[in-house]
Amino acid sequence: MPLNQNATSARNPNELLSLGADVGSTTAKIAVLRGDEIIYTTYERHYSLIRETLVKMLEDARSVLGDAPFSAAISGSAGLGLAEGAGIPFVQEVWATGEVVKKLDHDVASVIELGGEDAKIIFFKGGTDERMNGTCAGGTGAFIDQMASLLDVTPDELDELALRHKKIYPIASRCGVFAKSDVQPLLNQGASKEDIAASVYQAVVNQTVAGLAQGRKIEGRVMFLGGPLSFCKGLRERFVETLHLSEENAVFPDYARNAVSLGAALYSRRVMTIDPKELCTIDSMIEKIQNAKIRATSSRTAPLFHNREEYETFSARHAKASVPRADLGSYRGRAYLGIDCGSTTTKLAVVGENRELLYTYYASNRGNPVEIVRSELEKIYALCPEGVTFSGSAVTGYGEDLIRHAFGVDEGLVETVAHYTAAKTFMPEVDFILDIGGQDIKCFHIKNGAVDRIMLNEACSSGCGSFIETFARSMHLTAAQFAERALFAEAPVNLGSRCTVFMNSQVKQSQKDGATVEDISAGLSLSVVKNAIYKVIRAHSPDELGQHIVVQGGTFYNDAVLRAFEREIGRDVVRPDIAGLMGAYGAALYAKSRAEGRRGAGEEDRSSLITPEALASFTHTSRTATCQGCENHCLLTINTFPGGRRFISGNKCEKGAGQTRVSADVPNLHAFKRDLLLAEAPSEIPDEVGPRGTIGLPLTLGMYELLPLWAALFRSLGFTPVISGMSTKEIYERGQFSIPSDTACYPAKIMHGHIEKLVDMGVGAIFYPRMTWNLDEHASDNHYNCPVVAYYSELLRGNMDSLKKTTFLYPYLSPDSEAELAEGLWREFRPRCRDMKKADVRKAVRAGFENLNRYAAAVRAEGERAVRWARERHMPIMILAGRPYHADAEIGHGIDKLAASLGFAVVSEDSVYHLAKTPDDVRVLNQWTYHSRLYRAAAWAVQNPDAQLVQLVSFGCGVDAITTDEVKRILENGGKYYTQLKIDEIANLGAVKIRLRSLAAVL
Amino acid sequence: MNQNYVQFTEEMKRTHTILIPNMLPIHFRLVKRILENDGYKVVLLETTGPHIAETGQKYVHNDTCYPAILVIGQMLDALFSGKYDPKKCALMLFQTGGGCRASNYVSLMRKALVNAGMPYVPVIPLSLAGIEKHPGFSNSIPMYYRMAYGVLYGDLMMALANQVRPYEKEHGAADALCARWTEKLVGELSSKAIRYGRVKKNYDAIVRDFAAIPREKRQAVRVGIVGEIYVKFSPLGNNGLEKFLESEGAEVVMPGLLDFFNYSVYNGIMDYKLYPKTHSRWSYLIHKTAFRFLLGKQKDMIEAIRREGTFRPMTPFAHTLSLTKDFIGYGTKMGEGWLLSAEMLELCDSGVPNIVCTQPFGCLPNHICGKGMMKPIKEAIPGANIVAIDYDPGTSAVNQENRLKLMLSAAREALEESGNQT
Repeated sequence: MPLNQNATSARNPNELLSLGADVGSTTAKIAVLRGDEIIYTTYERHYSLIRETLVKMLEDARSVLGDAPFSAAISGSAGLGLAEGAGIPFVQEVWATGEVVKKLDHDVASVIELGGEDAKIIFFKGGTDERMNGTCAGGTGAFIDQMASLLDVTPDELDELALRHKKIYPIASRCGVFAKSDVQPLLNQGASKEDIAASVYQAVVNQTVAGLAQGRKIEGRVMFLGGPLSFCKGLRERFVETLHLSEENAVFPDYARNAVSLGAALYSRRVMTIDPKELCTIDSMIEKIQNAKIRATSSRTAPLFHNREEYETFSARHAKASVPRADLGSYRGRAYLGIDCGSTTTKLAVVGENRELLYTYYASNRGNPVEIVRSELEKIYALCPEGVTFSGSAVTGYGEDLIRHAFGVDEGLVETVAHYTAAKTFMPEVDFILDIGGQDIKCFHIKNGAVDRIMLNEACSSGCGSFIETFARSMHLTAAQFAERALFAEAPVNLGSRCTVFMNSQVKQSQKDGATVEDISAGLSLSVVKNAIYKVIRAHSPDELGQHIVVQGGTFYNDAVLRAFEREIGRDVVRPDIAGLMGAYGAALYAKSRAEGRRGAGEEDRSSLITPEALASFTHTSRTATCQGCENHCLLTINTFPGGRRFISGNKCEKGAGQTRVSADVPNLHAFKRDLLLAEAPSEIPDEVGPRGTIGLPLTLGMYELLPLWAALFRSLGFTPVISGMSTKEIYERGQFSIPSDTACYPAKIMHGHIEKLVDMGVGAIFYPRMTWNLDEHASDNHYNCPVVAYYSELLRGNMDSLKKTTFLYPYLSPDSEAELAEGLWREFRPRCRDMKKADVRKAVRAGFENLNRYAAAVRAEGERAVRWARERHMPIMILAGRPYHADAEIGHGIDKLAASLGFAVVSEDSVYHLAKTPDDVRVLNQWTYHSRLYRAAAWAVQNPDAQLVQLVSFGCGVDAITTDEVKRILENGGKYYTQLKIDEIANLGAVKIRLRSLAAVL
Repeated sequence: MNQNYVQFTEEMKRTHTILIPNMLPIHFRLVKRILENDGYKVVLLETTGPHIAETGQKYVHNDTCYPAILVIGQMLDALFSGKYDPKKCALMLFQTGGGCRASNYVSLMRKALVNAGMPYVPVIPLSLAGIEKHPGFSNSIPMYYRMAYGVLYGDLMMALANQVRPYEKEHGAADALCARWTEKLVGELSSKAIRYGRVKKNYDAIVRDFAAIPREKRQAVRVGIVGEIYVKFSPLGNNGLEKFLESEGAEVVMPGLLDFFNYSVYNGIMDYKLYPKTHSRWSYLIHKTAFRFLLGKQKDMIEAIRREGTFRPMTPFAHTLSLTKDFIGYGTKMGEGWLLSAEMLELCDSGVPNIVCTQPFGCLPNHICGKGMMKPIKEAIPGANIVAIDYDPGTSAVNQENRLKLMLSAAREALEESGNQT
């Protein structure tokens, strides 16, 4: 179809005017064409004031259009409702892009377009294919903005930084929330901002290549469009380098930013006739837009406060929770320093002999906590008059170890203990503490004067304070101003509580529906609260929280959040006036009590804190290195302090730090299993192979536990089994591009890399069977595999082109009966190996099961030995429970070693479940082999006072939504703690450490 | 299996109202009336609104699939609403078995009831594998037999209404006709014996009645919907997907519910074929007979549509089955399993290459049979225009609509191009 249908007009087609407007999630763009000539383009940020911005931009376009009639169309995600309401044609933005590119550059093979919240890719060669990112996807402009604000720089500065990078770190790219948990530790460890900036861009590239192209090769001439790609040079560089594009094949057109609006203009010529009555003028278009009725799709809730009196009563009640304060300059006597070095903020508190606050500090880390603490100490020392002596100091939080080493802080303590110490001073009888900080939600019960159950948010539910703050900033408001707006909002919007990424798009949608800043602010407060109650705490009633509740964390300075919380649980709570400083205050109080203890014991009354003199010459440099201590290959940051003192962070165990604290004989069933499995078959093709050649076994998912079965079985049949070895990040990246479903679990996604590795090795065939059922252990209603373990090979066959280079064997097999397994194998191999006899298969199956039983017996024996070993030494036992494949070094992220280094004897669910029966009252359908072991392991934990169960859960595991609640119920009914660690591609060991240390602390 | 569940007693049949969540409007209204004719008090929950998902999120683990959150949320919302006395209510859930986590809906419903302080409410799983005993509810063959006819009639009316609605000259004519026929059919289905001759006559009459609705003569873009069974069918689950597509001028093609039964029964056949040592031949023969029976019923329905000649009939299941052969194995059966891939292939094969593949966010089987099969399908069928849409309490409707619009743009261009060629 010709693009300019109205060319039939009597008027000169080259004179016809058309206008396209593209209203995206953050900016609006307009393009005007005369014939095919681009005569005007413009763009502006709209701050969600879509109608106003567009009207203003149209007014501006009068300079080229005057009163002339033109055809018009609107595009863009935010333009959808508007176009509908205004009665102006709408064109989908990817479609519009396609129109433009087809017209302006015929040679382009593919287009990559990044927008504010969407990422798109269009393939032109070999059948047009247009794709957009799924719901759960980072790698967009908003993601880059988010990362820039995390680094405390503007997007432009981020770009400059990126161009100067030396090194790229792996950053999870799939979603902003995940990326944050990768970036934060890097910042805390002192990685350079230049490197992080480039790594953020690389994450965007990886996400586009892996998430959007999904195995389709991006080659030939590639055009890059959209806002971020038009101004981020660093991002362009990363794309060009990653895709190996030559200069002529990487196209960055001038109209990159306006491509969609140009497409809309072209489209308008198709759909509008030349009838002047139907065409627009600037006046008529403005009128249409102003009168457009936009259908509302977001729902609303009741206001937080109905009137000012209500608010005043509320404020007066909370004003009572305050600490005494005094001036450091006029203070004399002993003082105590508390530091809370959190993931995004650093807090300091100095207290005197009577718990009075003498000095406080609260600010963002700005990526360098060491420098912040140094400059604050300098200030404190300068303020301190003669006669003030520091008798003690303590540090808590993510940066605990680093700060302690840097400044000679006396004590380090777990955050939960610090918070409880502080909360007690406001409410001695406190039984529940909820802390909502910038990044984390932490809550814990207090029982008999000690920290009891602890709950922390997962990566995917981190709808926390920083989101509100970032959002406020985008509206040009301070957090305080933004919070105030919420108080008397008439109809707070309902924004859901899934995660900040989802919330973001809900906010955008509500803005399009005309929600005010007030309504959004109140809505965000409600979301944060609901997220905490229903996702993190998973409470059904206020009584599950407690009778005496203290809420704290910087987010609770926001009165709207406080009110929303009180309303949601229907109970009054205490919010200290130092809600954001509780960790530091608690640490200072802790330092005080420890110093008093030292004095009582007649020890020297002096803090080891760095002296003012030493502080004056304090220096700090950091560099990065990769640890070669084990297969985890942790990325280390080596911090150097005056006198060459070093502190190494980033390592999962203590090995890299050069302090091998974990003695080799502490039992660790995960390590034990890894060693056994790796010994089952070679990880590369040996010199001598069996008569039937090699068969590759990808070591993840269902292959993990059954490896002894398959290895012995194939050996007996005359094959040489070869395994792909332990997973590594590198293996994951090797296969990342062929993953069709981003939200599947990490153990499944990493399978692609294992396959690539085996194909490259040149094995004769690759084997990963389809298995509806697993081993039948006669302890559950059925013995299924989960759908992913059972059928992932279907997906591999359909999506991995490299499998075409080899023979992929994925028969339906059932290992629940020897006869059945032999039958299935026979069916598969009879046509392939004519000389094979059924008796050979039967014999092989027998040999396989014998080997598997040996392996299982060894694991159980080692489990029992570990228990005895721990009991002889009165050490606590941790059942690090999950699936067999969670023992993997990469998938398990070395958490087993961490637990061992914290003083636990580590056993796995499959090494102890045989010691207990399935509980009688399992309330869910107990029908999966792996999962039914969890219930038995939980039952065993209940029966044994010295055992704790920690459940490893892979992100996106649907079945674990069921098992976690049930395991938790079994444990808690038995008076045990339940700890869940969610793991994925990301490894925020900082959070894991806090959790496990807290667990160790309550025992 | 936990044996401690509240039974639906014989007395409850008189005293209690059974609440049923709505999945498929046409079918479930029929099923409701069939149950009522058997003497049960039944309410079909057709409530909508964000509070349903919100209630669900309070009582179900938020990582559980969206359908569970919605169905449980809808049930609890009804019990909390004050409209019904919870002490005089029972809940009925349709339950599939197998390795998918969806087999846990009944357990999750019961857990939620305990947490909501209503542990006394009985939950009746309606499933072909009747493992639980509920004395007041007869899981009888005749009832299922009647329901099977309900499904057949439902599929027929759904298929015809979808082909009429975009073109009807009088808005609402197709839906009104569905309602009229539902009333008429229920009366017949309540009688003890169903005469098949009568059923076939009804087929003809239904097709005739739909054909008689005045329609515009034009061809709209056809869009097929496949996916996880609840979000595929339920307007609550898919944000009114069918309505949205129709408002965009598309004709919706919805593979019927019967295919799901065919699929389930066929899996019973495959179990024996793949695992002969652990599955009984007896069960195989029963499934085989049932499969033949269902194919026969479908064939009669297809023939009724063909005889009249106005509408496109559904694809015979045996043909759907054959299309799948090179793509996915018949033993891949959890959740919607291979049926999901089969339906995409069937749609492409019958000239509907524009497909919305719906799934709850993070649906396990759909990773493999939905998203996992798109690449091979697109490679084999270049015109395939498939969009995957995730449903979740947090996803914004605009986001979904924008992606649907992209699919529709491509669909319209393809339709225009084919129009230009002819």
